[in-house]
Amino acid sequence: MIKLVDLHKSFGRQKVLDGLDLDIEDGKTTVIIGRSGGGKSVLLKHMIGLLRPERGQILIDGTDITKLNDQALNEIRKKFGMLFQEAALFDSMTVGENVAFPLREHTRMKEKEIRETVADRLRSVGLTGVEEKMPSELSGGMRKRVGLARAIAMRPQIVLFDEPTTGLDPVMAEAINRLIIDTQKNLNLTCVVISHDVRSIFEIGHRIAMLYEGKIIENGTPEELRASQNPVTLQFLAGSIEGPIRIM
Amino acid sequence: MNRFSGALDRLGRAVLAGVEEMGKIILLFVSVLAWMFRPPFKLHNIFKQMEFVGVKSIFVVVLTGTFTGMVMALQGYHGFRMFSAESLVGGTVALGMTRELGPVLTSLMVTARAGSAMAAELGTMRVTEQIDALYVMAANPVKHLIVPRVIAGVLMVPLLTVVSDFTGILGGYFVGVHILGINSGIFIKNITRLVDLNDIYNGLVKAACFGLILSLIGCYKGFNTYGGAEGVGRATTEAVVLASIAILISDYFLTAIMF
Repeated sequence: MIKLVDLHKSFGRQKVLDGLDLDIEDGKTTVIIGRSGGGKSVLLKHMIGLLRPERGQILIDGTDITKLNDQALNEIRKKFGMLFQEAALFDSMTVGENVAFPLREHTRMKEKEIRETVADRLRSVGLTGVEEKMPSELSGGMRKRVGLARAIAMRPQIVLFDEPTTGLDPVMAEAINRLIIDTQKNLNLTCVVISHDVRSIFEIGHRIAMLYEGKIIENGTPEELRASQNPVTLQFLAGSIEGPIRIM
Repeated sequence: MNRFSGALDRLGRAVLAGVEEMGKIILLFVSVLAWMFRPPFKLHNIFKQMEFVGVKSIFVVVLTGTFTGMVMALQGYHGFRMFSAESLVGGTVALGMTRELGPVLTSLMVTARAGSAMAAELGTMRVTEQIDALYVMAANPVKHLIVPRVIAGVLMVPLLTVVSDFTGILGGYFVGVHILGINSGIFIKNITRLVDLNDIYNGLVKAACFGLILSLIGCYKGFNTYGGAEGVGRATTEAVVLASIAILISDYFLTAIMF
């Protein structure tokens, strides 16, 4: 379970997280929503130790990762996979080498086993015969699928998604949403998804948390969010420019 | 008075920033040393970088070395002719190439070609979150990205310097003997008389130091890139400028210690 307690983070004078508390349930998909530049990606990066908070705790299965050294943090990171916004595939490697990277890094699997595992992970995201392609030869949707195949290569417990449908056409966005749902269900993953795509969040989220001004102001099931009377949530879900969310 | 204190303030900030940056580069070097000897050793990565830094720089180094040797012979000949000492051209070309121009010019050319590429490649990896992806996969970026490049720099710049020294002397020989008419035997004899093995050896040690400097600075600038495509451009320029200055300054001190 991921538990964030009283998290504070600033960049210069800008306060991004301001005493944020959030519990992420095991085996469920939690979607974190909020306006662009509101700190959602910063929050995600805290969960995997890419950023350290100024104050507060990040508990992963009871271990506070803010206090860990690099070696201990790496052990915790092996529980995670992450799909980056632009997939972050290594562009000097082929698709196959990208997916094989964590396997070569952390297991003693033989080359044949690695090749089979890579083909299996790619198949599970709907791709076959792309192992020898370079990332630059792939479309945006394919890159994200390869990114997901790499994220689940080591069969992690938790997968983080940073705006998985941003920049995709509606059909491809729907395909990625389906993939997230299926992957979560098949592997019984704990998923944390950052998104501001309102259609997607109700489709994939078991729970939805609204981040506003550095705090989680609402956290509930999709039904609870739909029935919310919070003016910030209402304005965000309606996509209205009238309301408490200031447009700069 | 206000203008004076403002200028002093800016100077102080610039000095502090410089010292801070130097400290960070030294810390990166320490980190590289710590990761260099930790298995598993990814030889494939190291050879790939050695090919990039070394093999692919041969043409530009041959060109630079040859023409530097040629122009040295030409300039030296006109100078020495004033007191009828044309025979010394071979020795001075060889001495100049092995001690100074070989290591320095080779390093500057490799900085422009490979140091800039290191900064641009790592910078692009930083802004496209590929370095973050390494951290997420519990893989250390210093070991994967910086160690192979630094090893390649330290090993390949001296080897390229050997090529540069050789082609420089060859270029000097061509101009001295075939164009200016210096006796071939005297040209070669003066090289062996004036150039000591230590001159070549110290030149190569300097080249290894320059290889370390250019690769470390290229990687440091790339690794700490921020600000998208503009940031990558800035990091690349800064890497070339800083590495070139560092090579020229350290050259003086290394020369003062060695020779």
